[in-house]
Amino acid sequence: MNLELALPILIPLTAGAVSIALWRSVRYQRIVSVLATALLLAASVWLLRSTIDQGFLVMEMGSWPAPFSIVFVSDLLSAIMIVLTGIIGFAIAIYSLASTPKGHEKFGYYPLMHLLLAGVAGSFLTGDIFNLFVWFEVMLLASFALLTLGGERAQMEGAIKYVTLNLFSSAIFLSAVGLLYGTVGTLNMADIAQKVATIEDPGMVTVISMMFMVSFGIKAAAFPLFFWLPASYHTPQVAVSALFAGLLTKVGVYALYRVFTLIFIQNVDYTHTILLWAAALTMLTGVLGAAAQFEFRRILSFHIVSQIGYMLLGLALFTPLAIIGGVFYIIHHILVKTNLFLISGITYRLLGSYDLKDLGGIYKERPLLALLFLIPALSLAGIPPLSGFFAKFVVIRAGLEAQAYVVTGIALLVGLLTLYSMIKIWAEVFWKKAPEHVTDVRRLRGEVKDKHNWAYFVPVIGLAACTVSIGLNGQPIYELADMAAHQLLNPQLYIEAVLGAQQ
Amino acid sequence: MESLMAYVVGILFAAAIYMMLRRSIVKLVIGLILLSNAANLLIFVVSGMTRGAPPLLPKGADAPLGAVADPLPQALILTAIVIAFGVLAFAVVLIRRAYEVVGTDDLDQMKDTDT
Repeated sequence: MNLELALPILIPLTAGAVSIALWRSVRYQRIVSVLATALLLAASVWLLRSTIDQGFLVMEMGSWPAPFSIVFVSDLLSAIMIVLTGIIGFAIAIYSLASTPKGHEKFGYYPLMHLLLAGVAGSFLTGDIFNLFVWFEVMLLASFALLTLGGERAQMEGAIKYVTLNLFSSAIFLSAVGLLYGTVGTLNMADIAQKVATIEDPGMVTVISMMFMVSFGIKAAAFPLFFWLPASYHTPQVAVSALFAGLLTKVGVYALYRVFTLIFIQNVDYTHTILLWAAALTMLTGVLGAAAQFEFRRILSFHIVSQIGYMLLGLALFTPLAIIGGVFYIIHHILVKTNLFLISGITYRLLGSYDLKDLGGIYKERPLLALLFLIPALSLAGIPPLSGFFAKFVVIRAGLEAQAYVVTGIALLVGLLTLYSMIKIWAEVFWKKAPEHVTDVRRLRGEVKDKHNWAYFVPVIGLAACTVSIGLNGQPIYELADMAAHQLLNPQLYIEAVLGAQQ
Repeated sequence: MESLMAYVVGILFAAAIYMMLRRSIVKLVIGLILLSNAANLLIFVVSGMTRGAPPLLPKGADAPLGAVADPLPQALILTAIVIAFGVLAFAVVLIRRAYEVVGTDDLDQMKDTDT
């Protein structure tokens, strides 16, 4: 019995239930939310430490032996993702104290947030393909409700697209699980991996793998399946945007990493070449989409798409260095992207708009805030010595070593265009003078103070500190990614850890 | 029987996609309902249909005597139906609310967030 394996799911689930019980008292819900996410962060660090010590942690539900029971498995990739979930959950919980409108808090914002975290953590830890579907749905249902909380027109329009495409992706996922079960007769991922290798009809397996790729591709917002993301991510209140931006698409990326390193590796030439070009086009269309935008959160949303491309590129190249780069990129991206969304929320608070035309003059009044923006922005573009530089460097070096010159060239170009977008935001929001039609600048000048002002800045500073420390001291993270990549590229280890546990 | 059901699954998927591609949001949700049913039926068909052989052990036996139906797909379908029910209930409320706020049920009019 590995308690640390169950805690990252149990804590948010319990917190969600407790918050619902405390429905009438927003104050207690806030306390529960901060405490629970802090506990989640502590539990996730514990999980990572044990996973580093033992390699794999396996827990069989109901003590049935492995292929028959639902298993929870933690390898290093899962553990890293859980730690990131803990960090982002904690940051968002603090930020929400200040940013969440009263009406949202009264209508179940905190319980939904906890359920979302539970769904995300469950998806990262499960070792059963159907159970993964169930956790996806837990996460999706919570995200649907969070996205529509408030009920404004843009939210409704965005939500229809988001809900439709995600349900469509779930239906494909479910069909693929059914077909896979019909082919190999098991749902345990390790067992599937073992049996897929002995299938006589590899064509059928490739067809199923394509269904998984489309389904997870929709969830990860890969080209050409990403259109739901920029249509919806800028519509809810900013803490929800930041939570989604940090975690949700990365669950899709994680699922792709899991199935395309463990299960579908018998036809790598075919599947991973498709992934490679999908990755290249994802990077390119995302960044070009961002260049055309003039709204803070929409620019950032398109950049999520383009960054997903780098992570897929790591998976698609399928060399040890590329997987290391991909894992490193995921770590860097989650911290940085959430941070940028949180900063967009602060500027919204100061000047009351997300439109770049209505923003300006922040550098003059708030130089420290401008600096806090520059750290994640330059990191996103890959400027040394911040975390993004090393993430990009590893991925691009892997691309050169694999002689995928065209794709690597695209990756470099996209880095440049990312810098262009970030400079655009910098020039419009921070550097230029405040536009004349903006009259309400009392908050900007600090003449009006909010009650929980500190809660805006603590998570932003914390995440920026993470980015800088990864940049200045990237070696431990690189070694962690190295170990994770070693496990991913040797699926035999995973299979033995899960199925060998029964003897 | 299985080939007949395979055609039914195909027709359901086709009907679902057709409904989802139409402009009305009500038809969109009908398409989603058909889609989840098609996926459930697909699981049922591909995992093998065994007729009249419940997976029950006779008293005192360790293993079933003959071929029995696989109970797992039915458990999967049951789970998937429950999930789809919850999600579609949400979708129905969503389109009602969207109709109230936007004032139309035409998807072509709902493009404020696209540009």
